[in-house]
Formats: sequence, structure tokens, C-alpha cells
Amino acid sequence: MRKICLTVVGMYFMLLHAFSQVITKDSTGFQPKKLKLDEVNLVSSYYTQNGDHSSIRGGIGSEKVTDLANGLELKWVGWDAHQRKNTLTAGLGIDYHTAASQAWISKTGASHRTDGLRLYPSLDWTRENERKGTSFSLGAYYSNEFNYQSLGFSAGITKKTKSNGEFGLKLSGYFDQVKLILPSEFEPANAAGSGSGGRDHANYGSSPRQTYTASFSFSQVINTRLQAIFLLDLVEQHGYLGLPFHRVYFTDGTDSIEKLPSNRFKLPLGFRLNYFLGDKVILRSYYRFYIDDWGLRSHTASLEVPIKLTPFFSLSPFYRYYTQSAVNYFAPYEQHNKTDGYYTSNYSLSAFSSHFFGAGIRLVPPKGVFGTHLNTLELRYGHYTQTTDLVSDVISLNLQFR
Amino acid sequence: MKNQSSAGTGPLRFAAFVALTLTACSPVKEYQKSRINDSEMSLSNRKVEKNELNFQSYREGSSGANGGKTGGGCGCN
Repeated sequence: MRKICLTVVGMYFMLLHAFSQVITKDSTGFQPKKLKLDEVNLVSSYYTQNGDHSSIRGGIGSEKVTDLANGLELKWVGWDAHQRKNTLTAGLGIDYHTAASQAWISKTGASHRTDGLRLYPSLDWTRENERKGTSFSLGAYYSNEFNYQSLGFSAGITKKTKSNGEFGLKLSGYFDQVKLILPSEFEPANAAGSGSGGRDHANYGSSPRQTYTASFSFSQVINTRLQAIFLLDLVEQHGYLGLPFHRVYFTDGTDSIEKLPSNRFKLPLGFRLNYFLGDKVILRSYYRFYIDDWGLRSHTASLEVPIKLTPFFSLSPFYRYYTQSAVNYFAPYEQHNKTDGYYTSNYSLSAFSSHFFGAGIRLVPPKGVFGTHLNTLELRYGHYTQTTDLVSDVISLNLQFR
Repeated sequence: MKNQSSAGTGPLRFAAFVALTLTACSPVKEYQKSRINDSEMSLSNRKVEKNELNFQSYREGSSGANGGKTGGGCGCN
């Protein structure tokens, strides 16, 4: 009996010693790693559009726009003493656009400014605990252009489930200022440069706009080839929700500035389903239902089919269909009554449907493109048409360095 | 009246479809995830799509539920 007891006690101490060794090995084996630059992304796009329903002229006139957008994103990754992965992402975007309709802020089409620059830096930090399957993130965003400033913050959490699922919650708030640039006929009579849209920069007043969003997500691996994500946003907006240089023409031929409610609640629900078909084809599908309290309801459906021509090169044709109803406050040029409480002739709030189609290529060689740090190269082109006759083209390039 | 009724049941039908899909899952081990972990199977938008999503949100009346930003930015809409 004594032998058995001694044996059991001995085995217990052996096991204890064995686990002690494992723990010691782990704690000495793990070394926290300082944040190190892990990934650099460069995204550039060129966008051009044409149409004949300018909001600035009350629903008529050229909507010709060009936009050159460039974004740089730097990502650092490190591990702290508790073996949590920390990711810091800093981004800077610069857009330069031209818009023919801006000339018509002046009643005579003589406004000097028909181009603009937008700068938008961002900072995101994520702490991920891989053992617990949780993550926590914080973000800050800023955007500045001539007539619009925006400051945004976000905080989010995610939690993995035991069955290959993941819940996510993100809360964000945007605090914007809309510069009150009025059509020339509504400029104060004593404003400098009145009549040509050339008032001094500092003389413009501004009006606030806030956007608060709660974003929920749940993703799930369904089987070895199929996974899905469900997305729900609750979006509440307050403040000046129109733009001060959008005109509305009434049935009697007189004009005014668009007038929209100062609150808007939006409810978009999205669902993405990805399926790996065979060994070379992937089906990426997406559907969104959207409804808001301005009376707009929309459906979006898209399908992208990446085809792996080699393990490192894929071709991805895509198609997107979109349809929406008009908001309660929309009417075309010279069709609003002066007695209407709210009015707009902005065609993005009218009833229409659109088609967007194109293709992309993606190159991810195991040793980098041409043996360099260029890890991924993506090029994508799309052609967009609306039933309002708006037509646009966009070409984008993403270079990822690792 | 008919339109109002279909508007009310739309989200419910959508939720029922999602619930049905998500409950149809079978256990998948880590070593069985080679296809699921393929970069083309990512459940988020591609980085190269970023500016496409921007212009769509400006030229269309709805936005959101795509994992992207839900506010801020351009004063062109």
C-alpha cells in the first residue's frame, strides 16, 4: 500500500514536473515582438463620369466628373508580453477631382473653382488575443476638402465561437462640418466676389452633421467550401443632411436651395456568401437590402467569379445590380411645388436602377512579383450605367508590399 | 397597400434565409480549411474595390452593410 501511495505521489510529482517544464519552456520561448512594418498597400484609382442631371442646376446640366484617388496604407504588427497580437494601421488618402457642374454655383456658370482636393488620414489599432479568440479595436479618421470636414472615431470587438463562427460589433461616430457655399443668387449682397462663387474662404459659415453607427456582423464557416457573413448597420444621422449649393426649381420657374429633414435613420442588411467550386473557381456573392425613413428602399446583388488560371494568378469578372426607390422629397427640374415641406432634385435620391460590370486580375507569386517585395498586384476595371443616363468608368490598382 | 406589406416582410424573409443558411453548417477542422483560407474567399471587400464603394455611395441613395465606412468623407452627395 505504501509502495502504491509512493508511486502515485511520485507520478504526480513527475506530471507536475513535466507540466512545469512545458510552462517554463513556453514562458521562456515566447519573446514579445515590437511593432514591425509588415505590409504596405498602395491603392490608386481613376474615375470618370458623365450625366445630365446635375444637382447644382436643379436636376439638369452636365455631371461630368473626373477623380484621381491615391491611398497609402502602412501596417505594423507586433506581439506583447501576454502573447496578444497588436496591429497598427496608418493610412493617408489624397483625391483630386474636377466637376463641370461646380462652375454653376454661379448662376451664369462662371464660378472659378471647378476642381478640388481631399485629404483623409486614418489610424486604426487592433489587439487580438488568439487564445481567447477575441479582438478589440480603435480607430480615428479625418477628411478635409474645401467645402467639407469630417472627424470620425470607432471602437469595435470581435469574438470567435467554438464552431468556426465570429461575432463582431463596431460603434462609430462621425462629426462633420458642411461649409455653407450658396448658389450665387442666394449670396449675401455684400459678400466679396458675390456672383462668381469667389467669396473669401473664411467668410463661409458652416453647419454640423453627425452620423452614429452600430455595425453588427456574424460570420460562419458552413463547410469546407462555403462560408458566409451577415452584416447589419443601424445608422442615425442628424444635422444638415443636404448640400447648400444644390438648387431646386419650382413649377413657377423660381429656384431655392434643396431642403431635407435634419434626421435620417438608415437600416442596411447585408449577406455575403462565398463558395469554392472545384479547384479553380470561386463564387463571391453579395446581397443587401436597405431601407430608411426618407422613403428610400433598395436592393443590391452582386456576383464575382475569380478563376484561378494558375495557383498565383486569377481573373475575376464581376457584375452588380442595384435598384432603389426615390425618397419622398425628390422631384425633377421644375416639378416641385413651393408648398412642399422638403424638396430636392438630387438624382442620387431618385428612383433608378444601375448595372456595374467589369473584371480584375490578381497576381500573388510566392516569391513576390519579379522576385521583389511586391507581394500582390491587383488591377480592376468597371463600367457603370444608371437608368438616369449617368455613365461612369473606374480603373483601380492595388500594390501590396510585404 | 400591397407594397407596404411586402416592405414589412422583406427583412423577415431575409433574416429567415440567413438563419437557414447559417444553421446548415457542418464541423470543419483546421486542416480542412485550405479552401476556406484562400485569399479569394475573404468575406471582406478587396482593397482594390475601395474607391468603387466610395463612388457608389455618392451616386446612389443607400450605403452600408458592407464592412466599410458608414459616414464622413466627401461633401459631394
